[in-house]
Formats: sequence, C-alpha cells, structure tokens
Amino acid sequence: MDAKKGDWVRIHNIILTPDKRASNLPEDTRKVPLEMWDKGFLLNEEANIGQEVEIETYIGRRVTGILVEINPYWGHDFGKCVPEILYIGRQARALLKEGEDIE
Amino acid sequence: MSNSYDEVMARKSEIMKKSVGIDYSIFESGSIAFDYERMMKETGYSLQEIEEIQKQTSVGSTPLYELKNITKLVRKFSSPGKGARIFIKDEACNPSGSFKARRAATSVYHAQKLGYKGVIAATSGNYGAAVASQAAMRGLKCIIVQECYDSRGVGQPEIIEKARACEAYGAEVVQLTVGPELFYSFLLLLEETGYFNASLYTPFGIAGVETLGYELSMDFRQREGKDPDVVVITNAGGGNLTGTARGLIKAGAFDTKIVGASVNLEGLHMASDEQFNKKSFTTGHTGFGIPFATWPDRSDVPRSAARPLRYMDRYVTVNQGSVFYMTELLAQVEGLERGPAGNTALAAAFSIAQELDEDKIIVVQETEYTGAGKHILPQLTFAKENGIELIIGDPKEEIPGKNIILPKNPGYMHTTEIDLDKIKRSYIKNCIANYKVETVTENDLEFLAQDTKSSKEYVINVLKDLNVNVER
Repeated sequence: MDAKKGDWVRIHNIILTPDKRASNLPEDTRKVPLEMWDKGFLLNEEANIGQEVEIETYIGRRVTGILVEINPYWGHDFGKCVPEILYIGRQARALLKEGEDIE
Repeated sequence: MSNSYDEVMARKSEIMKKSVGIDYSIFESGSIAFDYERMMKETGYSLQEIEEIQKQTSVGSTPLYELKNITKLVRKFSSPGKGARIFIKDEACNPSGSFKARRAATSVYHAQKLGYKGVIAATSGNYGAAVASQAAMRGLKCIIVQECYDSRGVGQPEIIEKARACEAYGAEVVQLTVGPELFYSFLLLLEETGYFNASLYTPFGIAGVETLGYELSMDFRQREGKDPDVVVITNAGGGNLTGTARGLIKAGAFDTKIVGASVNLEGLHMASDEQFNKKSFTTGHTGFGIPFATWPDRSDVPRSAARPLRYMDRYVTVNQGSVFYMTELLAQVEGLERGPAGNTALAAAFSIAQELDEDKIIVVQETEYTGAGKHILPQLTFAKENGIELIIGDPKEEIPGKNIILPKNPGYMHTTEIDLDKIKRSYIKNCIANYKVETVTENDLEFLAQDTKSSKEYVINVLKDLNVNVER
C-alpha cells in the first residue's frame, strides 16, 4: 500500500483523448491528449500508485484520477550556473566609472 | 447534459453570464460596435471606489524609483543632449508581487459582494497568485487553471513557481498540458462550482489597473512637477496597457505617450506542444500581444475591456536576450532583483530613452517578484536544457526557439517597431470577418475609429481596401 486515507496526493487525468480535442490545433498537439494534474487529500481507505482514486482538493472539491505521487513537492529551483551572464555586471560597472570605455 | 468538448463550448455564453454577472448584450449594437465606455461605467467602479477597494487589501501606492545608473548607461550610448531619465514603478511591492494584484482586487471584491463562494481564473501568469492572494484576504475559495506542461510532463519553471505561489495562498491549482482547450476545462469548473469568473478581461480587472496610471501621474506631478513624457508598458493581453492609459487620461495626463513592448517570439506557435518549452517567456510576448491587439474579443468574456489599440501610440518588440540582460543589469547597477517578465518594458525603455532629450521622463510602470523558477538563472538553465543556444552578441540575430542573444554591451540593446497601421488594419479586417458584416454603420465607423485611435477617414480608407460598404 502506497497511500492511506487523508494523505496529501497528486492525481493525473486524461481530459481529452487526441480524437476528442479541438479541431484548430497544430499537428504536434493534435497527436497528444489533453492531460490534467491536481492535488488533494486521499478519500480512499488505501491506494497504490497507478490506481484510480478520489481526492478532496484543498478547497474541498472532489476529483477522481490516477494516483501519481504522495506528498508531492515543488522541485523548481534557482537553476545552474550560467557563466554567460557573468560579464554583465562587471562591464556595466566599468562603463559607469568615468573615463572607462568598452572594448 | 453532455460534457463533450463541442457541447461545453456551446454552453459558453450561458456559463459566462452566470459566472461574470454581466449581461454583455445590453452594450451591443447588433453590429461591430458596442458601447465600451458605458460597459466600463455601468459594470465597473469609479476610480475613487477602486482606490478604496484596493486600500482594503493593501494594493497599490507602490514606490517609484529613478534608475540613475541605468540612465547614465543610456547616455553613454546616446548623442549629446539625448538620454531621457528612466523611472520604474515597483509593482512587485503589491501583496502578491506584481501589478496583477490591482486587477484581482476589484474582481474578488465584486465576487464577494455578489455572494459568490469562490473565484476561478484561467492563467499561467502572475494573475493566478494575485487572485489567490486577494481571495485569501477576503475568505473566498479559489481555483487557478494553468497551462503548464508539455506532453512529456515538462513544465516551464516560471509557471511552476506561479503554481506554487497560488497553493501558498490556499488555492487549488489545476494544471494542464498545452492547448487552447484549457478554456473547456475552465468552463466545466465554472459550471461545477458556480464560482465567479475572475477573468482578466472584465471591466473590474481593467478598471483595477487604472489606479496604476493615475498614481503615476500624481507621483510625477508631486515629484517633478509634470506628467511623465513616455510610459512603456509590457503588453500581452492588453489589460496592463489599457488600464494604465485610462488611468493617465483620468488624471488628465493627455500628452503622455503610451508605448507597448512585447518580447519577440515570432515563429513560435503558442498552441504547439513541441514549441511550448522552446520559449523563455510565458507572458509579455508577441504570441499574446499581436493576436490580442488584432482581436481583443478572443478573450474569455464576450467583450474584452482590454482594448490596447485604443490607447497605444507605439508598439515595439525586444528580444529575449535583452530582457534577461536588463534583469541582470537592474540587479547589478540599481540593486533591484526582480523577475524577468516584468522587465520587458525596461529593455525597450533603454533604447527609447536614447531617442529622447535628457530632460524627458520615461517610465517603466511595473516590476514583478522574483524567486525560484522566476529568475534569470533557472529560466536560462531551462532554455539550455531544451536545446536553446545562449550567445553573447547582436540581439538582432536572435531566432526565437533556436537561440537567445545577450547584447554584447548596452549599445547593442535595440527595439524593433511593430507597424501599428498594419495591426489596426488587421483588427478592422477581423471585425468585418468575425461579425460577418457587409455594410458598416455610422455607429461602427465611430467605434472603429475610437478602437484604433484613428479617425473615421482612416477607417473608411481601410474599409475601401477591404471592399466593405459604408452606410451613408
């Protein structure tokens, strides 16, 4: 058992399969389904990842979907070092000092 | 009742009417024209009322800074006597970290007043956090619907951060993959919950931005004894520009020039799954700016209150690299670390300032908060991971979706003019096509002249080229 009732989980759903999508889409988008993710408290007594479950979202809405994650968290960050931008501050500060010219 | 795509879309006007509480039909003429000013007046609030509403939730009255070092840099690259003073209004100081708090404040207030239990907004931008934050203050429930991932499940870091922010304010965030059917999901949610549609494009939203324009005028009159000469506004859906310009006019700042600025994403299709993560800006770009200028009523309400062509004097684009460059520069020489998307207008201002005399004042009317994901480093890291080349060189050579070019030095910053005449023609053409009009009425003529900031003569000439009759 991966999750029990009351756990904070993330679910996934296919909203529209490719054949049900809008007609005015670019080719690449038309080939794939419209997918949805949402989060909430698990309402089933217990569940495993990959099972269809029901959740109560943070504002109290009930939604069903496939269980994909338990205790989901945000993984976005401040990125990696981007050496290409390092000249910007030094060059501008040099320019602001009188008499210094750019290369 | 079926929930198939076509049937839900067919219920659109009924769902909208219930969720916005505005009967748009009473402003319609039956042809192209509708009574814009009457709509703004009868469904919205007066400027004074909005100031009061925004004060209740600590929105507005943001600081104004003169960017002295950036101005100094501008003058290094200007002809003698040129190089206007650049100012910035620090809208990041609003409760949710952007000017969007102004837009959300009135909508959420109105929803509460009408007795709605919650609010819903379809947005991948700062507006989500703004609505969620305002809803938190007023004790309403909130759902934000985002276009967030491509079919690989990879999401733009900027959008993911906004989802996090919405959750932080207690909202439910529904995240979707790429596609205009976001609107379909949005309609279903409105129908299911009976919540208020806190659309970006209602009179409440746009009137909420009027206080920004009004404040600008008041700030400058007090500080410099005159109105700003030029206000540069990042343009996407047109609401920021429309609201700010209306506020300036309400303050009596009739001579202030309004310049729209968008990040150039030419060549990238906004509904393309493969191209979704090839761009490094998720708003403030031409992918919204151009279609919304040439057809504002594509929005999620029948008649958009955001009508940028009514107010725009000039429209320019900047490349992605220049906006990232300016974001870094703002931190490095002005000590202000802010989010990249809000700096689009600043990148444009840097080059426009070089055309103006030294005693002129140019204002960038917004900043946005920065944080994980919404920052030059994660956004450039993400671009590189998605195959975009990062180059230091001449921004004129940037190809959206292929590379990002950082200007070699500040002298390489430049703007590209968008031909407003072409945009206005395209808008008029869309009006004729979408309303299937064969003969344009006198009323339509007047409306189109106002909606394109032109004259009846101008509109008549365009119509002549389109072989459309004018009722005389």
